[in-house]
Amino acid sequence: MSLYLRVFLTFARNSLVRDMTFRVNFLIDTFSSVAWVFMNIAFYTLVFQYTPSIGANTGWEKYPFFLFLATGLLINSLVQAFFMTNADEFSELVRTGGLDFALLKPIDTQFLISFTRVDWSALGNLVIGLALMLYALVQLHYAPGPLQIVLFLFYLACGVLIYYSLMIALAATTVWLGRNQTLLDFWFYITNFSRYPMEIYVGRWGTPLRHFFTFLIPVLVVVNVPARILARPFVLQAQSDWLLPVFGAIATIGSLAASRWVFQRALASYRSASS
Amino acid sequence: MFPRLATSWVIFRISLEERLVYRGDFALGAVMRFLPIVTQIFLWAAVFAALKAQGAPQRPEIVGYTYDNIIAYYLLVMITRMFSSMPGLASGIARDIRDGTIKKYLVQPIDMVGFLLLYRVAHKLVYYAVAGAPFALLYYLCRDYFGGWPDAATMTAFIASLFMSFLLGFFLEATLGMTGFWLLEVNSLLFVYMLLSFFFSGHMFPIDMLPGAWGTVVKLSPLPYLAYFPAAVFLGKVSDQELHWALWLQLAWLLFFIAASRAVFRFGTRRYSGYGG
Repeated sequence: MSLYLRVFLTFARNSLVRDMTFRVNFLIDTFSSVAWVFMNIAFYTLVFQYTPSIGANTGWEKYPFFLFLATGLLINSLVQAFFMTNADEFSELVRTGGLDFALLKPIDTQFLISFTRVDWSALGNLVIGLALMLYALVQLHYAPGPLQIVLFLFYLACGVLIYYSLMIALAATTVWLGRNQTLLDFWFYITNFSRYPMEIYVGRWGTPLRHFFTFLIPVLVVVNVPARILARPFVLQAQSDWLLPVFGAIATIGSLAASRWVFQRALASYRSASS
Repeated sequence: MFPRLATSWVIFRISLEERLVYRGDFALGAVMRFLPIVTQIFLWAAVFAALKAQGAPQRPEIVGYTYDNIIAYYLLVMITRMFSSMPGLASGIARDIRDGTIKKYLVQPIDMVGFLLLYRVAHKLVYYAVAGAPFALLYYLCRDYFGGWPDAATMTAFIASLFMSFLLGFFLEATLGMTGFWLLEVNSLLFVYMLLSFFFSGHMFPIDMLPGAWGTVVKLSPLPYLAYFPAAVFLGKVSDQELHWALWLQLAWLLFFIAASRAVFRFGTRRYSGYGG
């Protein structure tokens, strides 16, 4: 175990050294992603000029929704920092045949290709997410209890892991398809559904969609579960208030297992592409 | 005149064929473009549901847009973006300038901006041909949101503004890309442009939602003509008087950027020195 931790820390340090070599580039990257986030916040501020809440009687008023938004930001920035570049790189390794070198190394291949690069500039959004969360909590005059914080952090990690599973499984399909572009694009389109509270998916089309993205591809669990723990104080009123977190934990384990399986199958079908 | 036309025709045909090679990828990309709209529709449905629950009138409105209007707006913006968006144009020009490939235009008896325009037209035509059927189906299924066709005058204004939005998008991005003659690194500039245009072109929401002076200032800029304006015209959200001057303003911006792209190209190529072999 400690070997893996040491290897990871080396990767993280190397990435930081690399990022700091191109400092202006790093600053521009950080600034760009932060600018996107501010634009999103501006959009939702605008939306709340015209409506008291998102969905009737859902409780997602402005500041609870900002908590939701902040939770999504934290998860996305963590995924971006640790996994996005690597998933991209993995597809490239398959295409060019560079994966051969990863396979030869005496360490778990999935670990190696998942953690090689850390994109430190993505962590700028982590700071913005925390600031937004703090701001929303102050506006709500609400301080979460210790159990809430522990559960929140636990489900934040679950969210990151579900996203990671999905991303690595999509990247692994490169082995069969030969090119990856549209599949990693797919990642953005799928996770797009997790940007809003799950309550908005109602009606003839919405309910099946909600079930699909909860039970089959559990992206709705990712942000909703931790955000609800903060924004809808964790008192067991409705059945869904405890069913969903329980399901969230199961979904995380299921996603990880499924992605591991896909990854192993992909490696088994890998035929080197180098000359 | 005739040889020039023949050259243009050949350029156009080659670009067309080149684009058709990747039609499968193209079709998939076109279908994928729908997906973000789906979440947007659910978001607005939830917003309007909240307004209704709060005791708003039977058909609540936000700055004059009913729920149906908003959905129709997003669908229409998809069309206008299909005309005005120029993926890779500015960054491609800047890259060509940086790595020296631009000299292929300079040593040949063709006009670079004209060549790129023909290339874009071919690209867009293939896109419409491939995406046409799924789009038509989508709009047919969503026809109830539109509440019928607008009258002939509105339709004419819509088509005119759509056509100009394509040209405006092209010349604006070409001008931006050619600032690469002076700036070695234009990506940051392009990013700022993308950010502003995403927010202020009406891609994310109808510009009418912007409060007070913001709305006025933004409407004077060229950005709304890339997405918001044609859609708003189609939906009848632009008064006759406003429509009049707005169309003129769009034309003025278009002429400005045609002139600007010419000037930038002229002065840019004068100070350009090629690198690489």
